[in-house]
Amino acid sequence: MTATTATPAPSIRSSRSPKARRSARSGGRRGANIIIGAALVLVVLVQLLPFYVALTTALKTKTDLSSQWSFPFANLFFGNFQTAIQDGGILRSIGNSVIVTVVATALVCVIGALAAYPLARRLTRLNKVVMLLIIGLIMIPPLSVLVPLYSLLNQLHALNTYWGIILVMTTGGLPLAIFLYAAFMRSLPLAIEEAAVVDGANLLQVLFYVVFPMLKPVTVTVIILTGVGVWNEFALSSFVLTEPAQKTIAPAIAAFFSTQSSNLGAAAAASLMGVVPVLIAYLFLQRYFIKGMVAGAEK
Amino acid sequence: MTQATASSSTVRPSPLIQEASSLAKGSPPRRRRGFGARRSGLINLLYLPAILLFAVFTVYPLISGVGYSFTNWDGYSPEKPFVGLENYLRLFQDETFRQILGNTFVYGIGSMVIQQILGLALALALDRPMRGRGVARAIIYLPVLVSPVIMGTMYYLLFQFNNGAFNDIVVAFGGERVAWLSQPSAAVAIIVAVNSLQFVGISMIIYLAGLQSIPQTYYEAAMLDGAGAWQRFTGITVPLLQPAFATSVVLNLIGGLKLFDVIKVLTNGGPGYSTNSVSSLIGITYFENQSAGYASAMGVVLFVIIAIFTLALNALLNRRRLEQQ
Repeated sequence: MTATTATPAPSIRSSRSPKARRSARSGGRRGANIIIGAALVLVVLVQLLPFYVALTTALKTKTDLSSQWSFPFANLFFGNFQTAIQDGGILRSIGNSVIVTVVATALVCVIGALAAYPLARRLTRLNKVVMLLIIGLIMIPPLSVLVPLYSLLNQLHALNTYWGIILVMTTGGLPLAIFLYAAFMRSLPLAIEEAAVVDGANLLQVLFYVVFPMLKPVTVTVIILTGVGVWNEFALSSFVLTEPAQKTIAPAIAAFFSTQSSNLGAAAAASLMGVVPVLIAYLFLQRYFIKGMVAGAEK
Repeated sequence: MTQATASSSTVRPSPLIQEASSLAKGSPPRRRRGFGARRSGLINLLYLPAILLFAVFTVYPLISGVGYSFTNWDGYSPEKPFVGLENYLRLFQDETFRQILGNTFVYGIGSMVIQQILGLALALALDRPMRGRGVARAIIYLPVLVSPVIMGTMYYLLFQFNNGAFNDIVVAFGGERVAWLSQPSAAVAIIVAVNSLQFVGISMIIYLAGLQSIPQTYYEAAMLDGAGAWQRFTGITVPLLQPAFATSVVLNLIGGLKLFDVIKVLTNGGPGYSTNSVSSLIGITYFENQSAGYASAMGVVLFVIIAIFTLALNALLNRRRLEQQ
C-alpha cells in the first residue's frame, strides 16, 4: 500500500499502516506544514549563518570592506589562511590537539573499562559507594578547582606539557566513561563470563578475551563523547597551556583572535581551519555521533 | 534495581539518583556474587588507576581549594596567611560579584528555558516524516560538536560594529549602527542566545529520542477514542516526555551555569566586569588580580551552587515522574 496524501474515508482509516495514516492526517493541514517547513528552513539557515559569514570574511582581504553577506566569487583571497598558519600556528595546534585527544581518549577507554568491571559485577556496599562518588564527580565545574589544580600542576612541572594536559583531560573524561561502561556491562549476560571461567580462564583472560570484545558499541559512544570534549576543551587548557608550542586548537584560536582584532579575516580563517577536522569526522560518522550523544545525554 | 540496558532507547533517570536509590535499598535480592577472583576483593584492584587519577587531579584540588579559600594567598608566594571566613564575607558584600552571580543565573536559566522551548519545537517538527529531515537534524546539531571558542569567534564577526552582518541589516532598514557587545544587557542577551543556539541540538536529540520511545499504538488508541491533536499532545506526549525533559533541563542548566568559553571570546567579560560569569571571574581574580584565596572561595561557591541545582532538580524532576506513574 502506498502512502498517498489523499484523505482516506474514515471507515478505512484503521486498516492503514500508521505511517500512511500519519501522512494522510497531515495532508489535511498543508498550511500548517508549510509554516513548519519554513520555520525549520529558517532555523537551519540561522545555524549555518556564522559559518557562512566566517567563510566570506576569511576569503577577503583586510581592505575589502564589502558586506559580510556577499561572497567574493570574483576575487578569492587565501592570504588569511596563510596568516593563520604562519602567525597563529593553527596547523601545529591541530597537531597538538590530535596528540592530546587521541592519547587521552585511549586512556579513558582503557582505564574506564577496567574500572567499570568490578563496579558492574561485584556489587558490594563499598563498590556502590565508590560508583556513587565517581558519578558525583561529573558535576564538578572545571573552573571551580582552577586555583588548586593550577598550583598542583605548577608544583609537578606539568604546565605546558602534553602529559599534564593529557592526565587532566583523562581524569575529566573518566567519570562519564565509567558510568557508561558499567551500565553496559550490567546488561551483558553473566553466563558467558561464567562459561569462560568453567573453561579455566582467569580474571584477566575473561576480561580481555570475553568482556572487552563485547564492549564495542559503548566504546564508540565513549570515544565520541570523550574525543569531542577533549578536542574542544578550553576552560582549563587556556590556563594550563600558555606556550604556543603546546597549545591545543581552542586556546590557540582564542589567543590568535585576541591579537587579530584589526584583521578579523585571519581570525575567521583560523576558526574555519579549527572546524574542518570536526566536520570531516562528523560527515563520515554522523550516525554514531548522534547515537553516541543520545546515549551519553541519557546517562 | 532494574538492569537498564545501555542501548535501550528510553531515557533513564540520572545516574546519581539511580545509584543512590540502589544503595538505599541495600543489596538486591541475593544474586550470585560471582566466581573466582570476583569473589575476593582482588578484582577491585581494577579501579585503582582511575581512583588514583581522581585522588590526584580532582579530590586533592577540591580539598586544597577549600583550604586556600580561608587564606589570602596571592597565588605564588610560599606564605598562605590564614584569614578565616573573610573571603566568604567579602564575596557577599562585593557588588561586582553579586552582579556576576546574577549573570551566571541568567546564563544558566535563560539558556535552559530557550533550549527547552526551541529544542522541543524542533524535535516535534522533525519527528514528522518529511523530505530533508535528516539533513536538517544534522545541521541543527552540528554546532554542538564545534568548540564554543570557534562559535564565539564566528558570532563575533556577525555582531561587529563596523561591517558586521547584523549592522548591515540595521543600516539597510535605515537605522544607526549598534555597538551590540558594548552594552552590558545586550551583550548578556547575545551570550545567552549564542549559547542556546549552539547547544539546542542536544535538547533536540534528547526530545527526539523521547518521542521515538513513545509507542505509536498509544496515539492510535487515543484517536479511536476521539482524542484531538491537542488532547493527544497533552495527554500522551507531554507526560511521556517527562524523563527526556528532566535530562535536558539538568544538562542545559548546568552547561549554562558553567559558561566560560563563549564569554571569553565574545566579550572577554567586558565592558568592565559586566558580562562575566563566576567561572570567568575566577580566572581573572586568580591571574590578573592575584587573589588566589579569593578566587578559591569563588570556586567553592560555584561548586556548591551547581551541586545544589543538580541535586534539587534531580530530586524534583524524578519525584514528579514517580507521581505520574
